[in-house]
Amino acid sequence: MKLVFAVIQRVFYAAILLLAVIVLNFFMMHLAPGDIADSIAQTMGGADEEIMKEIRADYGLDKPFLTQLGQYIFKVAQFDLGYSYFYTQPVTTLILAKIPATLLLVITSQILALIVGVLLGVQSAKNPNGISSFVVSMLALFGYAAPVFWTGILLLIAFSLKIPIFPVAGMYDVMVEGSFFVEALDVLKHLVLPVVTLSSIFLALYSRLCRASMMEVLGSDYIRTAKAKGLSRNEIIYKHALKNALSPVITLAGLQLSAVVSGAVLVEAVYSWPGLGTLAFNSILSRDTPTILGILFFSSLVVIVGNLLTDLVLRLIDPRMRGSE
Amino acid sequence: MMAPILKVENLSVELKTKEGTSPVIDNLSFELNAGETLSFVGESGCGKSMTALGIMGLLPEKISRVSSGRILFQGEDLASVTQKRLQEIRGNEISMIFQEPMTSLNPVYTIGEQIGEILRRHKGLNRKQSFLQALDLIEAVQIPDTKNKIHSYPFQLSGGQRQRVMIAMALACEPKILVADEPTTALDVTVQAQIFDLLKELRVKTNTAIILITHDMGVVYEMAQKMIVMYAGRKVEEGSVNQVIKSPAHPYTQGLISCVPHLTEKQPEVRERLLEIPGIVPGLTSFGLNKCLFESRCHKSVEKCLSSKPDSQSISTGHQANCWNLGK
Repeated sequence: MKLVFAVIQRVFYAAILLLAVIVLNFFMMHLAPGDIADSIAQTMGGADEEIMKEIRADYGLDKPFLTQLGQYIFKVAQFDLGYSYFYTQPVTTLILAKIPATLLLVITSQILALIVGVLLGVQSAKNPNGISSFVVSMLALFGYAAPVFWTGILLLIAFSLKIPIFPVAGMYDVMVEGSFFVEALDVLKHLVLPVVTLSSIFLALYSRLCRASMMEVLGSDYIRTAKAKGLSRNEIIYKHALKNALSPVITLAGLQLSAVVSGAVLVEAVYSWPGLGTLAFNSILSRDTPTILGILFFSSLVVIVGNLLTDLVLRLIDPRMRGSE
Repeated sequence: MMAPILKVENLSVELKTKEGTSPVIDNLSFELNAGETLSFVGESGCGKSMTALGIMGLLPEKISRVSSGRILFQGEDLASVTQKRLQEIRGNEISMIFQEPMTSLNPVYTIGEQIGEILRRHKGLNRKQSFLQALDLIEAVQIPDTKNKIHSYPFQLSGGQRQRVMIAMALACEPKILVADEPTTALDVTVQAQIFDLLKELRVKTNTAIILITHDMGVVYEMAQKMIVMYAGRKVEEGSVNQVIKSPAHPYTQGLISCVPHLTEKQPEVRERLLEIPGIVPGLTSFGLNKCLFESRCHKSVEKCLSSKPDSQSISTGHQANCWNLGK
């Protein structure tokens, strides 16, 4: 019961947050100079004031700001994100077509970074002066210092050109056709390099944090109690210590979601991954306001839902988050 | 007479500090019989807790180690057994209660799980059996509302209740020895009394030998049969509680006991000023020196105290003290 109540409460807050994000995005978009009329005029090779006015009236851009905002919110509430001037398609259709690719990239790399990061962190906390600890420190340094696009290009050169084991770009190979399994394998092959690139930063972050948090927990009184109970080393580390050490890592992972989404834009550009990042980039260049707003809306949605999930996972592993019942 | 259940022979424990290694326990020997309560007394930093951790094999790994001596538990030397064997003994045949009940329980598991797990580990019970037995144990340590409390997390319990859970855990496998390291230091006085009553009751029931570490003479008098007074890592006096408290031989013990108001006598009409021992415990660097470490604070010191470490001197049967100037 308490859980249901907590979920409802959090969803309610999330909805308010989302509304604030929509308003803010819309406001910022209108502060930026230039609109679709400029963009169209540019492609036509210039237009006079009369035509510009006509274009603006066509897209409802001549109405007062508040009216436009009101209309936009009203439409978003019905999952209508408007019509893309540039792609001449409904924005919702456009985004829904691209979002699976981005989600696949983001979720896979986040899960990979979490699992490998936590394992490395635990391993190096067990033996703070050992080899694995050194590896984690070095990895963390490189992963955190190197920009994603740079790592991406290096990996591309190494594993697509010099040692061609992975495809250079895209998500599918048009030549590959066959059963679901064959196609899935093809996507997987395309996925490896982007995921490794994107997860490298987060892997660094999580392994460092997990190492620090694990070492702190291993020095605590209840771990001494666990030893005094005669538990084995593995029980102590994976049952008693890890569950306590995970909280900060999961909190950070939730906070990093926005960074993952923005990192995905860069990675998608490097690997021509057909996701939201590429779409965002193109629509910014063509001043396609509805599409940009739609993408911002979706990425906010991803972050908000991600934080909601983080909250719930934390409640699951730490009873103190639940309060006394 | 029965062989002692625990026999510690010439145990020394080294602690690494920035200034080098020093023996925080120096050549300690004692015996513990089944069902007996032996109390260690002394100021903070005299090696009481290190003795406890040493017996448990829980000395902080990186900075300390047993440098010599044997810890014979039923003839088996705990200082040289494998980790695996130690894990089998810990919590099963020798268990421990710590002084910080607020932080000694894992915050993310229910107390039922934390008690049950030790039964599954050592007694091979399954989940259901261990749950039922945990229920009995929680009832035995007198935590009210057992059926609900078993599902609580540590943060939902008071300090006294948490220490009761620690006791339930420590006694779950009916150990032969229970090491209690200042089990009531963090608790208020009424709860202290309840915890000690509980320990006494359980000792009678299970015939567990208790090593009780404390700096409270009243607790020693109440709980223990034998006592060892420690000073700067060395044993300075040993004997039955009656012998040591009624006729303390070592100047340090005399000082400790005169610090305690009216332990055994009736309260006099006019309150006397409490005595204190001047000075402080020497620093770790001087722990290994071949001299009496209490000398600087002692009003009875003689020349010999500066040049050699005092031997054990027998006073009466079972009562001995390490001092060069006994009774003079």
